[in-house]
Amino acid sequence: MNTVRLQAGSDAIGPRALAPRVALQGVSKIYNGRAVLDGIDLDLAPGEFLAVLGPSGTGKTTLLRLLAGLERVDGGTVGVPKVHSVVFQEPRLVPGQRVWKNVVVSDRWSAASRERALSALREVGLQDKAQSWPKDLSGGEAQRVALARALVHEPELLLLDEPFAALDALTRIKMHALVDELWRAHLPTVVLVTHDIDEALLLADRVIVLREGKVQRDIALSEPRPRDRSSAVLGRLRTGLLRDLGVDQGQHTGVAQQVTV
Amino acid sequence: MMSPVSLSQTSKRETPSTPPFAGGERWTDTAVRLLVRSLVVLLIVALWWTASASGSLSADLLPSPAQVIAACVGLVSDGDLAQALSISLYRAFVGFFIGSGIGLVLGLFAGLLKVGEQLVDAPMQIFRAIPFIALLPLFITWFGIGEYSKVMLIISATIFPVYLNTYGGARNVDKKLIEMARSFKLSSARIALRIVLPTSLPSIFVGLRYSSSTALLALVVSEQLNASSGIGYLLMTANQQQNSDIVIAIVIVYAIFGVLLDMFWRLAEHFALPWRAKIAL
Ligand SMILES: Nc1ncnc2c1ncn2[C@@H]1O[C@H](COP(=O)(O)OP(=O)(O)O)[C@@H](O)[C@H]1O
Ligand SMILES: [Mg+2]
Repeated sequence: MNTVRLQAGSDAIGPRALAPRVALQGVSKIYNGRAVLDGIDLDLAPGEFLAVLGPSGTGKTTLLRLLAGLERVDGGTVGVPKVHSVVFQEPRLVPGQRVWKNVVVSDRWSAASRERALSALREVGLQDKAQSWPKDLSGGEAQRVALARALVHEPELLLLDEPFAALDALTRIKMHALVDELWRAHLPTVVLVTHDIDEALLLADRVIVLREGKVQRDIALSEPRPRDRSSAVLGRLRTGLLRDLGVDQGQHTGVAQQVTV
Repeated sequence: MMSPVSLSQTSKRETPSTPPFAGGERWTDTAVRLLVRSLVVLLIVALWWTASASGSLSADLLPSPAQVIAACVGLVSDGDLAQALSISLYRAFVGFFIGSGIGLVLGLFAGLLKVGEQLVDAPMQIFRAIPFIALLPLFITWFGIGEYSKVMLIISATIFPVYLNTYGGARNVDKKLIEMARSFKLSSARIALRIVLPTSLPSIFVGLRYSSSTALLALVVSEQLNASSGIGYLLMTANQQQNSDIVIAIVIVYAIFGVLLDMFWRLAEHFALPWRAKIAL
């Protein structure tokens, strides 16, 4: 089901001001008799950047797959904009196609689509890899190609499922800056699933914590960007989120360190 | 559904290397490898030569290398070999092309379409259990002792390797790639052409390579059991006349065939699958 309601009179700025919203009402998903998602209500304004946190196995991926239309709800309704795309945890590039063809994998391949691919690749800094094969890319480069593929059709909703989890810490920091920049340039609505609290705090306008099928916490962030991960405000939020996720910083600093990277 | 397994592909990507050739071997390593290989072959020939020369190896059992070379030269110079080769190669190629073609079409049909799988796979799994050589007497009854029975045997020997590998290759394409394609709204035709087909090409090549050697095997068998031409016939005639030098010469021709086929497929894969890690040539 696609939301066609428009945000008339919204004070948001930019090209996405009139884009459809994301709206979940009473969404539940049941696997093997267990409600992984249990009546989730969630509304996202156009251009909003949402980060979804939660212990592993709480249904973050399930939520994202419902939004992507890869899974059906067992209850409730999901409304998403028509043009949406996903970046998965793995790059999922077709090994037998060159990079540029991977970027425009759903288009008719022509000089025009090649231009589109090249300009998307330019945005992620990989224009000179257009002719490469996926096997010749590093993990970070492959994930940037996946990002270009997701952005090439100017999606109104961009769904990211732990896209940087498999990357090394340095590459991940560069990816954060890239995502921040791309989001500000295109202003899609973003849902970023992550287990990295810092990633959420650096990038999102809003952070939710999923727990036992419900939205356990919903926090708005108004810190100016680009954000400094050592800022006091973010520090307080981080401590709170760690507690929500069941990690007590005082007693288990080792674990906390790991979680925050 | 989305298990955090790191695919082997992912780990390969972590080391972006472009091997110059031969799986990243340096040319000195390649040279050493080739030298060692040829030394082993030379050593075996030298042993054979000494055994023949010293008389400990009777020429009736195994003629000396010199005799075999002379037999080869004789076969080439009187044109027997060329004539026999042309007819045998013709049989092998026709049989291989028809058989592999059928295997490829059926494999794609079963691999790409659910209905194809239901129609084709069960009967194919039953037929493949039949050793193709067992069919020869039946084919002779059905098709006579002429060309048909031989080509039919080669066809029936080559269908299954290509079918099984094409079908398996198409069915084993990473489900995550298919899901990616769905999420990007690719049509079924595009999923088949852009994702399934190229991704299963390595497997299809395995089938083709394998079926080309079973084609050779079927050729040998069919020509030795009933033929009035071809290299198998040449071999049987020489054997009946106890010309073991010619027999060995023809066995060497078969071996050269096998080696050339192998080289051909390596080259073909090298050029048709540039997106894979390079294999040693
Ligand atoms: N296709 C499926 N079939 C059965 N159970 C599933 C399926 N997908 C997910 N689950 C279960 O749903 C729960 C949530 O999974 P997931 O959404 O992947 O969690 P997260 O992404 O938060 O780690 C897990 O317990 C998982 O085992
Ligand atoms: Mg997950």
